[in-house]
Amino acid sequence: MLSDNGLFSRDRVLQIAIPVGVVLAMHVAWYIVVRATNTPAYILPDPIMVLQALVKDWSILWPAFLVTTKITFLSLGLALIGGSAFAIFLVQSRWIELAFYPIAVVLQVTPIIAIAPLILIYAPTTEVALLVCAFLVAFFPILSNLVQGLKSVDHNHLNLFELYGANRLQTLWYLQIPAAQPYFMTGLKIGGGLSLIAAVVAEFSAGSSGVGSGLAFRLLEAQFRLNIPRLFAALFMLSALGVAIFALTSFISWLVLHRWHESSLKREN
Amino acid sequence: MGTRERGRATVPVALNTELEKETPVITPVKSTRPLLTMRSVSKNFSNGTQALSDVSLTVHAGEFVSLLGPSGCGKSTALRIIAGLGGVSSGEVDWPSSQIGARGTPEGDISFVFQEPTLLPWRTVVDNVYLPLQLARVSRKDAMPRIEEALATVGLTDFGKAYPRELSGGMKMRVSIARAMVTKPKLLLMDEPFAALDEITRQKLNEDVLGLWRNTGVSVIFVTHSVFESAYLSSRIVVMKARPGRIHEDFAVNEGVDRDGEFRTSENYRRTCERVSHSLAGAMHDAGGH
Repeated sequence: MLSDNGLFSRDRVLQIAIPVGVVLAMHVAWYIVVRATNTPAYILPDPIMVLQALVKDWSILWPAFLVTTKITFLSLGLALIGGSAFAIFLVQSRWIELAFYPIAVVLQVTPIIAIAPLILIYAPTTEVALLVCAFLVAFFPILSNLVQGLKSVDHNHLNLFELYGANRLQTLWYLQIPAAQPYFMTGLKIGGGLSLIAAVVAEFSAGSSGVGSGLAFRLLEAQFRLNIPRLFAALFMLSALGVAIFALTSFISWLVLHRWHESSLKREN
Repeated sequence: MGTRERGRATVPVALNTELEKETPVITPVKSTRPLLTMRSVSKNFSNGTQALSDVSLTVHAGEFVSLLGPSGCGKSTALRIIAGLGGVSSGEVDWPSSQIGARGTPEGDISFVFQEPTLLPWRTVVDNVYLPLQLARVSRKDAMPRIEEALATVGLTDFGKAYPRELSGGMKMRVSIARAMVTKPKLLLMDEPFAALDEITRQKLNEDVLGLWRNTGVSVIFVTHSVFESAYLSSRIVVMKARPGRIHEDFAVNEGVDRDGEFRTSENYRRTCERVSHSLAGAMHDAGGH
């Protein structure tokens, strides 16, 4: 029996059932099209072949998945620390911002794929190079969003803090950082997605092989060998990782903001 | 000294006042040092506007002074200068405080209630009221009794754990007042605090402010553009005029602190309103009529 609210309410069941149903339907359609047109597997495999490849090549794909995951999260973590620290440094004075912000912008607007070969030369190992590439890409959205947030503090709140004799550190800690949380969360969500993209792109350009290679290399390798089911399987794992990062960053954002920020509130009317 | 009967009004001991013959009831002892003195204060903004011109104002302990006037008469600017937010172009301001901060402005003795509640949305009511004490490095544990006391004064004891978004406009304003009172200021500055509220909420909050003034002995400078609000609350009304902002008229309201809804229907209230309205009309006429 479905109740109107609670864990298994009709709305909630539909919320899950509808998207799952659509995805299933698309896979069925995919399967039918491939079978009906007799498309060879090296051009377009059907979903069942992809699933078989995922199981069969698990011993190759899983370690690669772990490598990519590690690079993505490590670079995102570094970008969070670096971006936040640099943002706080930038808003300390107009002169500091004037001096350093252009450098951050130049780093950002230069396509990462173009810097990657250079980074590969200077970095001691391929892993470090990948890390630096992914860091550079994820760094900027976190920086620019947080700078925007730190500067968007309500003037009345600033007056209030001045009135009560708050020093710069207190204003930063009790006012600017909490007020910038929604902006920071936007940066986190964008940075999370971008760090995965950058990790993949950087690995394409690094083209490293062997034990330490990530999913991107396995993807290229599968393409060279015309092992298209494995390519799809690697792709599937990459998008699963992307979805996991999105879910995680959205959850963190909800955790921090749900008690007070409009974006996380349910409308009551 | 002490409580003495004169006419209808009663002066509470807490206000430490002495009566002189036929003077307004709330006039304090002249020998005590004024809470605030502004001497020939002028203020020019960087765009060339002269916001204040030669404003002199002395406020004594226990007074409730309303600054009333048309838009652009500099009443809010005057209040900000008194609060130490933004300096003067010429003239002097003396604060009562013994603690003068690094910027040469008073600390701790003055509180400000803005036109908006200006609560921090990520903090609960208790933590919002805690803010001034937190900035003064009082531990939360030590601050708790004072926070509870401040919340009790505005009748929000049960809402400590609520977030600002869960409160009505009037309740947010009450939290803002509690935050201002938690430091036990000598001087409370209010910048059109109830302008955005509906009439009924506004009247209730007027009662609250009167209660605060009566029970704590705090002095209040209250910026408003409502004739009725100023007449109902004040012991003294300063009418200002615009272009440039200056004082038009400064007069006492002959009524004690023990006011309630009855006062609104009294002859004295009506006369006061009339007087304020005339003064305001004069101020607007002098300034070129608007």
